[in-house]
Amino acid sequence: MTTTDPWETLRAATRARVGLGRAGDGLSTAENLRLAAAHAQARDAVHTALDVDAVVAALGDRAGPVVRSQVADRTEYLQRPDLGRRLAPDHGLTEGEYDLSVVIADGLSARAVADHAVAVVDALLPRLEGWSVAPVVVALQSRVALGDEIAAALGARMVLVLIGERPGMSSPDSLGAYLTWEPRAGRVDSERNCVSNIRPPDGLGYDAAAEVLAALMHEAFRRQLTGVELKDTGAALPPAAG
Amino acid sequence: MSMPGRAQRRGTFQTTLGGHSYSFADLRDLLAKATPLRSGDVLAGVAAESAAERVAAQTVLADVPLAHFLDEAVVPYEDDDVTRLIMDSHDAEAFAPVRSLTVGGFRDWLLSWEADTAALTALAPGLTPEMVAATSKLMRVGDLVAVARKTRVVTALRTTIGLEGRLATRLQPNHPTDDAVGITASLVDGLLHGAGDAVVGINPATDRPSTVRALLELVDDARRRLDAPIQSCVLTHVTTTLELLEQGAPVDLVFQSVAGTQAANRGFGVTLDQLREAHAAASELHRGTVGDNVTYFETGQGSALSADAHHGVDEQTLEARAYAVCRAFDPLLVNTVVGFIGPEYLYDGKQILRAGLEDHLCGKLLGVPMGVDVCYTNHAEADADDTDTLLLTLGAAGCGFVITVPGGDDIMLNYQSLSFQDVLQVRQTLGLRPAPEFEAWLGSVGLLDDAGRVPQLVPEPIRALMA
Repeated sequence: MTTTDPWETLRAATRARVGLGRAGDGLSTAENLRLAAAHAQARDAVHTALDVDAVVAALGDRAGPVVRSQVADRTEYLQRPDLGRRLAPDHGLTEGEYDLSVVIADGLSARAVADHAVAVVDALLPRLEGWSVAPVVVALQSRVALGDEIAAALGARMVLVLIGERPGMSSPDSLGAYLTWEPRAGRVDSERNCVSNIRPPDGLGYDAAAEVLAALMHEAFRRQLTGVELKDTGAALPPAAG
Repeated sequence: MSMPGRAQRRGTFQTTLGGHSYSFADLRDLLAKATPLRSGDVLAGVAAESAAERVAAQTVLADVPLAHFLDEAVVPYEDDDVTRLIMDSHDAEAFAPVRSLTVGGFRDWLLSWEADTAALTALAPGLTPEMVAATSKLMRVGDLVAVARKTRVVTALRTTIGLEGRLATRLQPNHPTDDAVGITASLVDGLLHGAGDAVVGINPATDRPSTVRALLELVDDARRRLDAPIQSCVLTHVTTTLELLEQGAPVDLVFQSVAGTQAANRGFGVTLDQLREAHAAASELHRGTVGDNVTYFETGQGSALSADAHHGVDEQTLEARAYAVCRAFDPLLVNTVVGFIGPEYLYDGKQILRAGLEDHLCGKLLGVPMGVDVCYTNHAEADADDTDTLLLTLGAAGCGFVITVPGGDDIMLNYQSLSFQDVLQVRQTLGLRPAPEFEAWLGSVGLLDDAGRVPQLVPEPIRALMA
C-alpha cells in the first residue's frame, strides 16, 4: 500500500525531488518510474549520435567541414578525453585569416547540440558586425579543446566552441559555450571563458547567451586575452537559471 | 619517530607466469600493474597491458615485505610533503606486530580471527597508505567487506559516527542558486526522512563569503530551533572558512578537498600548513557536545590524475595517500566521492563498486572515519542497481556514513547519489540504526517508531522551518 504525502509546500519551493511518495521505506512505483525516465533521457543524450545532416542543413551557407577527433567510438570517447582533444588527420580544414572560428561539438549531449546550437549561432553572428568569421565547423566525438586545433588549422584568432554539457537528470539538453583567445593545442581551462546552461526555457535563452558572449568577445579582442583575467574585469555573467 | 633523509631504494621486480617473464621497474610500477582494471590507470598509461600481466604483478606484490614500503617511496620524499608526512609520522611500535609479514601474508593476517577490532585499532598508526593499498589489491569484494566490518573508527562532535550497527547520513540540500527557501525545503525533506546525523552539508554554488556565511547561519538557526544534535558544514575552500572563522561565523566543521600528492593539493589551492591553521582555529570554538573532531575532508580516485599530479602512481594508491593527509587533522568525516569524477577514472558500475569498497577499507585501516558518496554521473556505465549494490555492501562492511539528496538527484552538481528512502530501506534490510544522539532526537519528535522505522508525518517544529 502506497501512502500519499502531504508535503505540497516543499515541492513548490524547489526543483529538487522533495516530498516523494513512499512504499514502506522505499520509493513508490510511480517515483521509481519517474527517476528511471529522467535517467533514460540523460543516457540517451550521451549515447545518441548527433544528426550531422540536420545541423549542416540548418547552418546553410555558413556551414564548413565536418571533422572528427581521434576517438573511434563512444566507449573510447568516454574513457579517453585525451584523444577527444586531438583532431583526426584528413580534416579538410584550410588555413585563412579569420577573427573567429565557431565550432559546434557533440560533447556529452547530442540532444543539447541538436536543440540549441544553431539557434545560438543565429543570435550571435548579427552581434559581430564587421568580424570575419570562418565557416562553422561541426566536430564529432569532441571535447572542448578540440576547438583549439580546429581554429589553429583555420587561422582564427579566437574560437567559440558550442558543446553538449554533461547531462543531469533534470537537464539532459544543456549547451555550453567556451571562448578561447589565440587557440592552439595545449591551452588550459583557466585560459577560457564559459557560458553554461543554455537551454531555454528552463536555462539561459539564446538572446541572453548571445548578448553575454558578444560582450565577452568584444572585450577579449580589446584586451587580447580570455580566461580568468577576462572574467574578473569583463561582462558580468548572469547566474545559471535555477 | 622521524626518519629524515630516507633512501629511495629502487629495484626491479620479476616473475614468470605461463611461460612469459614479467618485470616491473619499481614499487610504483608494480603497484600500478597489480591494480584491478580501471579506466583512470589506462588513461594515465600505468595499467597492466594484459590480464596475465596484472596477475603476475599481484603474485610478485604478494611476496614484497611490508617493511620494504618504509624503504621505497612511490613519490620521492624530497619532492612531496605527503610522502614526508607519511614517513615522518609512521609509528614503528604500532607496526611491530606485522613488521615481518609480506603483503600477501598481511592479507591472510587481516582475514584471520586474531585480527579483531582491538588489534586493528592499535595497528592503524603503524600502517602506511601504500601498505594498505597494496594489500587491498589482492582482495576480492568479499574480503574488502569482511575486514572493513571488524575495523572501527569512532569520531564525534554533536553526534557519534562509526559505532557498530549504525549507518549515518550526510543530508546534502544543494541548490543551483543557493536559494534559502529551496535549501530549506530539501533540509526539511531530509529531516523528515531521518537524514542528517553525520552532517548537514551544503555544496555552495558560489564561494562568496557572505553567501557561505548566510548558509551556515541558515542551518545553525534550524539546529537551534529544533534543538537537534546535528553539525553543519558549507563545503567551501579552507581559506574562505578561515576568513569566516575570524569573523565569528558559526563554523562547526572545516571542509577541504584533498589528494595524495603535494602537487595535486596545490591544484586544490591548499597546503598542509593552511589545514593546520584551520584545524586549530575551529578546535578553539569548542562547539561540540560529545566530541571534538572538527574537520571534514573529501577525496576520490582520479583527482591527482585530473590535476596532472599523479607521478606515475595508480589512482587507488594515491587515494589511500590522501587519507594520510586527512588522518593528520583528526577528522569527524572523510568522504570518498567515488563515482563523481567520471567514466575516464572509473568507467562502470563494477569499477565504482570495487573502488568504493577499497577506499572504505583503506581509510578505516589507516584510522580514518570513512564514508562514501555512493554515486554516478550520467555518462558512466552505471545506474541505480549499481548504487543499491554498493550501498548494501557498504552497510554490511560497517560504513560510517553515506551521502543523501532528495530523490538521489543533485540539481546543483548534476549527478546521482542516494535518496533518503534508499537509506531507510537498507537500514531496515541490514538492521542498522542512525547515530545514537540523533536517534534519540528523532524519537523525541515522533520520527521514529518502536521498530526503528521513520513514519510519514510532519512534526510541528519542522513544519515551522518552512514558514
